[in-house]
Amino acid sequence: MEKKNVPSMEKEILNAKLFQNRRQFLSSLSIGIGSAALGSLLMPGLFSGGKSGQDALAKAIPHFAPKAKRVIYLFQSGGVSQLESFDYKPKLREMLGQDLPESVRGGQRLTGMTSGQASFPLVGSYFDFAQYGESRAWVSSLFPHTAKIVDDLCIVKSMHTDAINHDPAITFFQTGAQQGNRPSMGAWLSYGLGSENENLPAFCVLISKGKGDNQGIYSKLWTNGFLDSVHQGVQFMGGPNPVLYLNNPEGTDKVSRRNLLDKLGKLNAMQFEVFGDAEITAKVQQYEMAYRMQTSVPEVTDVSKEPDHIVKMYGSECLVPGTYAANCLLARKLSESGVRFVQLYHQGWDQHGGLPGMMALQAKDVDQASAALVTDLKQRGLLDETLVIWGGEFGRTNYCQGHLEFNNYGRDHHPRSFSIWMAGGGVKPGLVYGETDEFGYNIVKDPVHVHDFHATVLHLLGLDHERLTYQHLGRRYRLTDVAGNVVKSIIA
Amino acid sequence: MIQARLIHILVSRFRKWMAVWAIGSVVFLLATCDTATETGGTTAGLPDVVDYNFHIRPILSDKCFACHGPDNNTREAGLRLDTKEGAYQALSENPGMYAIVPGKPEESAVYHRLVTDDETYRMPPVSSNLTLTDREINLITRWIEQGAEYKPHWAFTPPVKAEVPQDDGNGWARNEIDRFVLQRMKSEGLKPNPVAEKHHLLRRVSLDITGLPPSPAQIERFLADDSPEAYEKMVDELLASDAYGERMALHWLDVARYADSYGYQDDDIRTQWPWRDWVIHAFNENMPYDRFITWQLAGDLLPDASKEQILATAFNRNHKITEEGGVIDEEYRVAYTIDKTNTYSKGILGITMECAQCHDHKYDPFSQKNYYSLFAFFNNTLENGLEGLVNSGPSKTPRLTITQDDLNGILNFINKWDDQEQVSVSVMGERDEVRPTFLLDRGVYDAPKERVFPGTPESVLDFDSTRYAPNRLGLAQWTFSKDNPLTARVFVNQLWALFFGNGLVSTIADFGNQGTLPTHPELLDWMAVDFQENGWDIKRLVKQFVMSATYRQSSQITDQHRKRDPDNRYYARAARIRLPAEMIRDQVLASSGLLNRTIGGPSIKPYQPDGIWEITSPGRGALAHYVQDHGDALYRRGIYVFFKVTLPPPSMLIFDSSNRDMCEVTRQRTNTPLQALVMLNDPTVLEGARVFAGELLAEQADASPDTWIQTAFKRILCRDATEGELEVLQQYYEEEQQRFRQDSGEADKFLQVGEAPLREDIPAVEYAALMAVIHAIYNLEEATTRV
Repeated sequence: MEKKNVPSMEKEILNAKLFQNRRQFLSSLSIGIGSAALGSLLMPGLFSGGKSGQDALAKAIPHFAPKAKRVIYLFQSGGVSQLESFDYKPKLREMLGQDLPESVRGGQRLTGMTSGQASFPLVGSYFDFAQYGESRAWVSSLFPHTAKIVDDLCIVKSMHTDAINHDPAITFFQTGAQQGNRPSMGAWLSYGLGSENENLPAFCVLISKGKGDNQGIYSKLWTNGFLDSVHQGVQFMGGPNPVLYLNNPEGTDKVSRRNLLDKLGKLNAMQFEVFGDAEITAKVQQYEMAYRMQTSVPEVTDVSKEPDHIVKMYGSECLVPGTYAANCLLARKLSESGVRFVQLYHQGWDQHGGLPGMMALQAKDVDQASAALVTDLKQRGLLDETLVIWGGEFGRTNYCQGHLEFNNYGRDHHPRSFSIWMAGGGVKPGLVYGETDEFGYNIVKDPVHVHDFHATVLHLLGLDHERLTYQHLGRRYRLTDVAGNVVKSIIA
Repeated sequence: MIQARLIHILVSRFRKWMAVWAIGSVVFLLATCDTATETGGTTAGLPDVVDYNFHIRPILSDKCFACHGPDNNTREAGLRLDTKEGAYQALSENPGMYAIVPGKPEESAVYHRLVTDDETYRMPPVSSNLTLTDREINLITRWIEQGAEYKPHWAFTPPVKAEVPQDDGNGWARNEIDRFVLQRMKSEGLKPNPVAEKHHLLRRVSLDITGLPPSPAQIERFLADDSPEAYEKMVDELLASDAYGERMALHWLDVARYADSYGYQDDDIRTQWPWRDWVIHAFNENMPYDRFITWQLAGDLLPDASKEQILATAFNRNHKITEEGGVIDEEYRVAYTIDKTNTYSKGILGITMECAQCHDHKYDPFSQKNYYSLFAFFNNTLENGLEGLVNSGPSKTPRLTITQDDLNGILNFINKWDDQEQVSVSVMGERDEVRPTFLLDRGVYDAPKERVFPGTPESVLDFDSTRYAPNRLGLAQWTFSKDNPLTARVFVNQLWALFFGNGLVSTIADFGNQGTLPTHPELLDWMAVDFQENGWDIKRLVKQFVMSATYRQSSQITDQHRKRDPDNRYYARAARIRLPAEMIRDQVLASSGLLNRTIGGPSIKPYQPDGIWEITSPGRGALAHYVQDHGDALYRRGIYVFFKVTLPPPSMLIFDSSNRDMCEVTRQRTNTPLQALVMLNDPTVLEGARVFAGELLAEQADASPDTWIQTAFKRILCRDATEGELEVLQQYYEEEQQRFRQDSGEADKFLQVGEAPLREDIPAVEYAALMAVIHAIYNLEEATTRV
């Protein structure tokens, strides 16, 4: 049992100030102190411990001036086809049904779904592409709303990953390792930067289902791993109970709850007199925080006061709890309230067959609300300090899986190249970065590996990915493992 | 003077030990004494004699070995500092210079590289983000001055039973543990806390041994028994109860990453629970640790293996198994073998072998070849990487089928099930023809390099192929060889942490170079050898722990503790430990009278917030929807709560349960607002309070609220409420009563929680008010803490 050490100085603060005058101490740590606010209240060090002298905390954080303060990650789970979204390859239409040249494939690994196929017939996008904005970025007709905001986006067409199956690939994107049990990105940021709002968790998770074949989502994706469990993502649910166990039981109200907490405070104080254990004081503190969350969470999740033009912008589905649109709107509200990392998952992008039909439904689910989120943040002056990320765990093959018609085909998983976009938070707007070959198979310019992506995101938040470390079982762990380079060219 | 005499005594006492680390520990004591006395100068606070194991290796390992350590492939400038041969030889880049010249820092390149102001010359380089403190540099300098003596790593040298320190004559020490602890405590300027109050001690030992609070009868009997044997009698009674096996199994289920689902993507149901029943049974039967592990590693390879021995091998099939379409069979078969190798290394040997999966270990003397040699033991099984997609069944090849006949015979400890004729469990089975094992480049399944054969890291203990077969049975025998330096120490340390709050080696999963040094090396080794000599008897070890005076101290924290030992590394008080998730649940169920004491059987699905499986599941398989149980099944112990790997029971995870994704040997103990929300709003806790209130009001209809409150308080916390506490709770009772009287609809609503029947014979207002008070008691810090 690793009983976490409470560094002695902090313990003195606790003893000297916290217990006797808890509220006053808390109020002096108001919003905006960053890591000194909820970060310290919840983070290793003060209450729940953490190894004293952990490098990341000993050093000044952030490591350098941050461009972004918060992240909203719109994860498109299942693997969005880059060839029907942002990577325009007219050659594939011309070569419909012809075999993928062996020279292009170069013996690369395939999944078990298509490795047994006798041929690899190329298939182009059923959907037309056009160029938009001043950046003249290509976008398919599936994403009309996104097309309108291309000048706010940095589209990276040269992403690549190590994993080819869903579970390891999503886990890799979220945690920097293919096997589970490493802290996810949001947990790293909670650990490194804390929260800006003492009444909300630093890392929130929102999940929605798509119309297509859902691939499932796992709680290990928002795990704290070996970090303190206060850094674990808190799952928000659609509906009347937005955070697990948040609501008071029937037959109680705010007044009776306050009374209970006051009584518990008194009784716990008596125990503290006897045992002198700072954990008792910390427990009282956590009950108070829980109480505040009971007010702050319903406030932030209540969309009933959103004006009509906002509802219209996100689409009317944004009033239906648990939909992607509702989650986008909620993400804006959480982020606006200072939540460091909002992680959305939208499932259903795994089109092994019947891609045109299914992908059209998926795109319709997400296009309007994703674009609305960027526009909404921009209108509120928040886009500069909020990094929005949109993308999945890998791309899809340029050749068809299974039955092939020009308007009905499938695509297998493709880790060699795929597209994501980012907006705000210090990335260059109106930029299309990276290129693939004319088959959309291999990257020919400016590859960005998942580790590079992580390094860049941390950099935008003022964190050096080589210095944000945590020592566990003898080793200093990083989100980027032992690799990763910041992609300076996409930083504004 | 006193200090010198103490050292003299210590040195003479541990002469046998000097070879490896008595010097280290003596010097260690010296160092801490010196810190207080010396002042000024650059060598202030440095020990007179610098010890490699205690002072130098931790620095070199953490700051230098990554580039100048055991890993052949990333070694810079051809220099290694983890062996004396490497450190003393001429530098390959500058043959006139030496990294370390014993006795001569000025001639040692290491010294110059550390003290220079020139950033381009200084070590570690700027790019490493590592720096040495002045104290660390001074230590290394003095160590070189004193001859730069290297010593073998303590944990890789077999433990020797040190002489037990003399009793100090003050009558505090009750057994050997205490004499070691007291000696160290005194050297830190501490003295033991008084013995804990009887009621605290009873609750502590009951929770620690059985995971349950004592029953009202036990409380009454123990508090009334003033005989000197009262405590020991209670300990024996607790050790003999079936709940002991469940409590110990909880730890082992974390080590063995036990779960009720396959873990990947669709995460369908599997039936490994008969193995869980076996673990409980084995602990209750007090199966010796060597047999317990041997059966789990190699039960199938024992001569005329029984079904029970084969069932034990399910240990190695508890890892996640994929059912994702399109995966490559061999990739996952290798992943499972890696998991088995890592679980064995971490859970049983206490080393971070997994670091050598892709490259030679950076800190410990484990090469990548060592890793795949160990891997080879587990690489000869009959299993597949991908056996079938979702819905293909709750076990995988090779499987053990358990029939009704087995239940009446050899496997009678398995709880029978109702709805099936037979149940099957994934177990281990060996191929006839050996599957060759290769070192895998970067750990990638399809990048084989040189062929390797079953073997163990020679730095721990060579695998003597003349004594052991090159299979899992041979590995088990090697694990329990008298010369194995790790097995006993690691298990003793794991259990110590359960009872004392922290390991003697606080990095419970890492006894390597980067692990922390033991606070009480002689004690750890004495217990490790004693454990082996006494037939790996686990109950005996547990009894040794709880009978010690060290264990029986009060957990009160004084200013002295805060100043001298905030983390309780010297055990001058008992630890206050936040209860594990399962015990928090069990305590509510047990104290309220709801607890269903059935042991074993299929896992159960209690109350859980709506929709959390559904939103994350792809919608396929038996676990796409959460189907809650009803009736008695709702009130089983936490160890039986259904564990779905991709979405574990949220109230458990919130209280730091393992996520059962991989082997874990220890849990975090955090303190978060979500935990407060669980205790305040989880129907399990509220229902417990309601049922408890109903029972009390029915039992003691004529009593006063004071009596009800005191009875509840005592049943939960094992003690009487103080006057002050009683006053607060009484006031709360009256306020709640008043609130419910004003609006009795609120009382009815408050009482509606949970499926246990509501008592119709009790007035709702009193019922609800007492429920509120009991709910408050469950929410006290003390209730979720083992005091």
